Amino acid sequence: MSKPQIELVNGNEAIARGAMAAGCKFYFGYPITPQNEIPEYMAKHLPSVGGTFIQAESEIASINMLLGAGSTGARAMTSSSSPGISLKQEGISYMAGSEIPGVIVNMSRSGPGLGGISPSQGDYFQATRGGGHGDYRTIVLAPFSVQENYDLTMKAFDLADKYRNPVMVLGDALLGQMKEPIILRSPSPEKFEKPWALTGAKGRKSQFIKSLYLKEGLLTEHNWKLFQKYQQMKAEVAYQTYLVEDAQMVVVSFGSVARIIKSSINMAREQGMKVGLFRPITLYPYPEEPLKHLSAKIRHFFVVELNTGQMVEDVKLAVEKGSEVDFYGRPPGSIPTPNDLFEEIKKVYR
Amino acid sequence: MKQVFKRPQSLKDVPFHFCPGCHHGVIHRLVAECLDAYELREKTICAASVGCSVFMYDYFDIDVCESPHGRAAAVATGIKRTRPENFVFTYQGDGDLAALGIAEGIHAANRGENITIIFVNNTIYGMTGGQMAPTTMQGQTTTTSPYGRDFAREGYPIRMAELMSMVEGTTYCSRVAVNTPKNLMQAKKALKKAFEVQINNLGFSFVEFLSSCPTNWKMSSEKANQRIQDELIPYFPLGVFKDKTKADTN
Repeated sequence: MSKPQIELVNGNEAIARGAMAAGCKFYFGYPITPQNEIPEYMAKHLPSVGGTFIQAESEIASINMLLGAGSTGARAMTSSSSPGISLKQEGISYMAGSEIPGVIVNMSRSGPGLGGISPSQGDYFQATRGGGHGDYRTIVLAPFSVQENYDLTMKAFDLADKYRNPVMVLGDALLGQMKEPIILRSPSPEKFEKPWALTGAKGRKSQFIKSLYLKEGLLTEHNWKLFQKYQQMKAEVAYQTYLVEDAQMVVVSFGSVARIIKSSINMAREQGMKVGLFRPITLYPYPEEPLKHLSAKIRHFFVVELNTGQMVEDVKLAVEKGSEVDFYGRPPGSIPTPNDLFEEIKKVYR
Repeated sequence: MKQVFKRPQSLKDVPFHFCPGCHHGVIHRLVAECLDAYELREKTICAASVGCSVFMYDYFDIDVCESPHGRAAAVATGIKRTRPENFVFTYQGDGDLAALGIAEGIHAANRGENITIIFVNNTIYGMTGGQMAPTTMQGQTTTTSPYGRDFAREGYPIRMAELMSMVEGTTYCSRVAVNTPKNLMQAKKALKKAFEVQINNLGFSFVEFLSSCPTNWKMSSEKANQRIQDELIPYFPLGVFKDKTKADTN
């Protein structure tokens, strides 16, 4: 076996390289901190593989270019950060309604409004509840390392094609800016048949892609069809556990906070506190069954997020009745240290 | 007997839903005739828009992608960049292009996207029931300008063809009407020219159609045609505003 190819890269670059490894040839975006290394990498490298990079006039135009590219069956991506992702929501809703695949990366910053450029998990609701208008869902993948930025972006393209649905990679400023070594994967884009793609009506009937259903009953039918698809997506649930086997209390965190709190959990273990970690990797579909299963054995959960309380609602919905769910929320502005979170663990551990 | 008139191949054999006297049906037919003329039916992808023309896929026997309101030029960009071998056009009303989608339209032109925008200007929002558009004329009464459009209050009608012609990336840009047989013949010529520009990879082409909306203008079809002649054309003059393929009109 050949030696794995390892490189030290920044988190945003890892996203861009993951996309290219997945066969993404088209990128549409608009600059916003803290994700600019993604469009910059794409602008530099897509031309060499015969791809196209467009710096659009807005995030709105970018998402609609993604919609157009996706409608032809091409693997394409856009990326932005929180305020820009808000602007993309209309297009994401249309893509979900029209069943157009595409990958959207949100290296989130802090809000509301212009907020700031520090890491935040304040976009959890927006990402996992659809975000735009209408009753729809997008698959949401939450990396917690530069390697996962790369791997989950690759995976996002397969999931988008598999379900004909937009897929979001939800990182944050921290995951975008930090540097770590990553193992590069061999490019092996999965082959999906796309008979629905718009390619011109040559040798077949003309076809269209739309989300408008005016005739009585059709929209109801369409929404139930989408619902069935969202149910099937549950097969993609992904999560990671750490030291839960003997745990008395399980921390539930995702993304960068999960990464930080792993160190806090190690500190707690050194002091004899039996603390474990449950880390959802898919935020939608949420790993509610595994969490429920875990709560049959362990009754105490401690949800820690970089916001004032969003994912904690999903944890409360998932765990068995009688489970205790504590919460520590940290609004954006500063990144908690392992020590900070260790102190919070000590406050609730019993 | 020799057949001299038939349905274009690019149109399906279904009746239009458009109101009597509306020009959409005529313009649809012209577009279909031009697609046929260059044998484009099998290689065309249309980015449809939102408005009365939202049902393009019901009438045209070509591949069609629905676009969010105003965003057709961006959707068409995504389509054309992934499939440059296809013929790509948008069909947008004045609410769609001149209001919500003005940024997408101008920037697509400025990038010199090798697409064609067919812009249908009837000075009103038809589908939503006759509200004021960016192209509504001075004094024109609509449901949201019930006292008549007043420049001091509501601004001026936007001349899109002139605006698009100012954009460096635009290769061909004209305004036409279909209210008289003569205008219709000229309109077809302009549309053919716009299609040729794209077929020859010469860049962005734009054709504005002055169109009627007898229902929301609250007048007969005949009077609507006359209104185009008497009121619209003096403010929205017909003609070619830019043709980079002819050096002397640059």
